[in-house]
Amino acid sequence: MTASSTPAPASPLTTELTLRLHDLMLRTRVLEERLITMYKQGDGYFWIGGPGEEAFNVSLGLLVDKGQGVDHDYLHLHYRSSGTLLAMGADPVDSLRQMKNTVTDPYSRGRNFAGHYSVRKWNVAPVSSPIEVQYSIAIGTARAQAKGTGAKGISIVQGGDAGTAEGDFATALVWSSRKGQELPLLMIVTNNRYGISTPFAGQHGYDQVAERGKAFGMPTAVIDGNDPAASYAAIKKAMDYVRTERKPYLLEAMVSRLHGHSSASGANFVKDESDCLALFEKKLEDKKLLTRAQMDEMRAKYTHVLLEASKKVREEPPPTPESIWDHVFADKNYVGGEK
Amino acid sequence: MATMVQAIRMALHVGESKLGVTDIFGEDVGPPLGGVFTATQGLRTTWNTPLDERGVIGMAIGLALAGRKPVAEIQFCDYAFNTIDLLKIAGNTCWSTAGDWNVPLVMMTPVGAGIRGSIYHSHSFDAQATRIPGWKIVMPSTPRDAYGLLLSAIRDPNPVMFLKPKALLRVKSRPGEEIPGEPADEKTLSKMIDAPLGDRSAWKPEWPTLEELFIPIGKARVARSGTQVTVLTYGRNVPMCVAAADELAADNIDAEIVDLRSLHPYDWDAIKESVRKTNRVLCVNEDTEITNFGEHLIRRITEELFYELHAPPKLLAGAHLPGIGLADALEMASVPQKDGIKRAIAELARHQP
Repeated sequence: MTASSTPAPASPLTTELTLRLHDLMLRTRVLEERLITMYKQGDGYFWIGGPGEEAFNVSLGLLVDKGQGVDHDYLHLHYRSSGTLLAMGADPVDSLRQMKNTVTDPYSRGRNFAGHYSVRKWNVAPVSSPIEVQYSIAIGTARAQAKGTGAKGISIVQGGDAGTAEGDFATALVWSSRKGQELPLLMIVTNNRYGISTPFAGQHGYDQVAERGKAFGMPTAVIDGNDPAASYAAIKKAMDYVRTERKPYLLEAMVSRLHGHSSASGANFVKDESDCLALFEKKLEDKKLLTRAQMDEMRAKYTHVLLEASKKVREEPPPTPESIWDHVFADKNYVGGEK
Repeated sequence: MATMVQAIRMALHVGESKLGVTDIFGEDVGPPLGGVFTATQGLRTTWNTPLDERGVIGMAIGLALAGRKPVAEIQFCDYAFNTIDLLKIAGNTCWSTAGDWNVPLVMMTPVGAGIRGSIYHSHSFDAQATRIPGWKIVMPSTPRDAYGLLLSAIRDPNPVMFLKPKALLRVKSRPGEEIPGEPADEKTLSKMIDAPLGDRSAWKPEWPTLEELFIPIGKARVARSGTQVTVLTYGRNVPMCVAAADELAADNIDAEIVDLRSLHPYDWDAIKESVRKTNRVLCVNEDTEITNFGEHLIRRITEELFYELHAPPKLLAGAHLPGIGLADALEMASVPQKDGIKRAIAELARHQP
C-alpha cells in the first residue's frame, strides 16, 4: 500500500527507535497470537484484535502524552489497539486476563471482551463494542482541552474505515471544526478495506475517507500504516499540528487485517495481505540491524513467556456471581439493595 | 412563587455558581434564546450545539470523563431515541470498567403530553429511561422539587436523567412549596430573572440569593395523604391525581397520592408503607401501557405484598399507540385524564374482595 494523496514525510528513525518499534510490534503480534490460541483452546469466548495494525498502533502509543487529566492526551480507541496499549507500557498478561475473563482483569474484571481496554490513569477511555461511538464521545474530552482552557493535552480518536459510515464520524467532523470553537482532536481512521465481510467499495462512494475532512477545512493525510517509519512521522506531524493549533486533523492509515474481523470469522491468518511485521523485519535484516536468527529468538522468547503466563492466568479466579451488582453506581450500590 | 421553568433556571444558576457545573448545553440552550422553554436563560455557562442529539450526549460523556460537570439538554425527549446507545454507554461505563471511570453528567429533557404537541412533542420517556441501568432517573412535579432534585442530580457522581414534565413547566408553586431564597412576589422574581422580549443582548439576570436544597434521589413524597387507595404516580399526573382525589373526597373516597419523584432508584419503602395502609393500588403515568414502568411496580407489589391487597392492582397509562394525535379529542383519549383517574380510584375503592 502506498500513500495516495500525501507523501509520507521523510523522517528517518534512529536505530534505537527502529529497534524499539520492532520490539513492540513483535510483542504485540505475539500477544494477539496468544489471545487467538487461548480463544481456540477454549480459554476465552471471543477474540477481536489488531494483528496487521502493529506498525501504526505501536507508533501511536509511543507518541502519546501519557497521563491522567486534561494536560495529557485522551485516547478513544477501538478493539484493535493492543499495540498502542503495549507501547504505552501495558502488561500483556493483563490482556490474557481479560481474554480469560478473570477477576484479575484490570480493564473490566471479567466483564468485557479481549481488547476492550480502559485505563483511567492513562486517559484511555473505555473501549466499547458498538462501532464509532467513540467519535461522539471524543469531542467531549477535546472540548475540555480546547483553546482557552489552558489544557496541554489533546484528544485522539481511532476507528476503522467501515465505522465512518456511522453518524458519529460526521458528529466528530462537524463539532470539531466549528469556526472559533475548533477542538484539539486527532481523528484517526485505520482503513483495512473491510467492514466485517463487506468490502470498502460496498460502503463508500469516495476513494479515501480522509477526503471528507477537506470539506470541513481540516488538514488530512493518507499514509501507509504498514510502514512504521511513515506511521511514526505522520502521527507526529498530525499530533504536533493538533497540539499547537488546537484544531482537528484527520489521518487515514491504510492497514492490514491479518486474522480477519474477529473469531467470528475464524481468526485464521490471511495470506494475501501485507504483513507489516514481516516487511519491517525484512528491512531490519537488509539494514543489518538484526539477524533473522535474533528475531526468531526474540519471537520464541516472547511466545514462551506468554504461554507460561497464560497457564498461570488459567488458574486465576473468575469473578464471583455476587459481583454482578458491584459498580452499577459510583456511589452506593442501590441496585444491590444498599441504602 | 416560581414556575417550574424558573426553578430549573435557578437550580442551574446555583449549579454553575456553587456546585461546579461547567457546561450547560444543547440545541438553542445558549444565548440568544436560552432554551425553547427558557429553562437556560441568563446562565453563565450555556452554549449552543449543532442539531445533533448523538453529539450532545457524546459531548456530555466526554466532558464528564475529562472531569467537567456537564448538564446536557435534549430539546424534547422525542428526539432522544437516536441517542439510546450513547445513553447506554453513559449508564454502563462505571460497571463495564469495574469502577475505573464514572460519568457524572446530567441530561435533562422535557417529556409527556398536555401541550397539544402532536406526534413528536408528546412522547414520554420513563419506560425507556428505566430500561437503561446505571442511570438515576428523577422527575419533579413541583417547582420546589424541580429545584431540589436538579441540585441533587448535579451533585451526583453518576449519570442522572432529569425528566421535565413539559405541561407543568409554567405552573407556579403552591404556598408552602417555596424555593429557599426566592422573592415572595412572583412579579419581582420575573423582573429579576426572566429575559425581556426582543433584543436581550445587554440584559443580565439579577439572581436572588438562593439557598441550596438537596431533595434526595430515591425518596418519594406523599402529595396527598389518604387511607383507601394508593396512587403511585409522577410528573404531570401528580397534580392531576391530587385534583381527582380531592374531588372524590365528596364521595367519601380517600385516596393517597404518592409522588415517586425518583424512578430509579425508587422508594420501595414509601410504596410499601402506603400500600400496607390502603391495600389498594393504582399506577398512573403517560407512557404507553405495554412494558410500562407502572407494570414493574405492580409486578413487585403483587409478588411482595400479595396478601396485603384487597383489590387487583390497576394501571392507568398511555394507550399503546404509535403517537399522540394533535386534535384535543385525540390527545385527551391517548393519555390519562382527571376523569379517568377518578373512575379508576373509585372502582378500586369500591372493589370488594
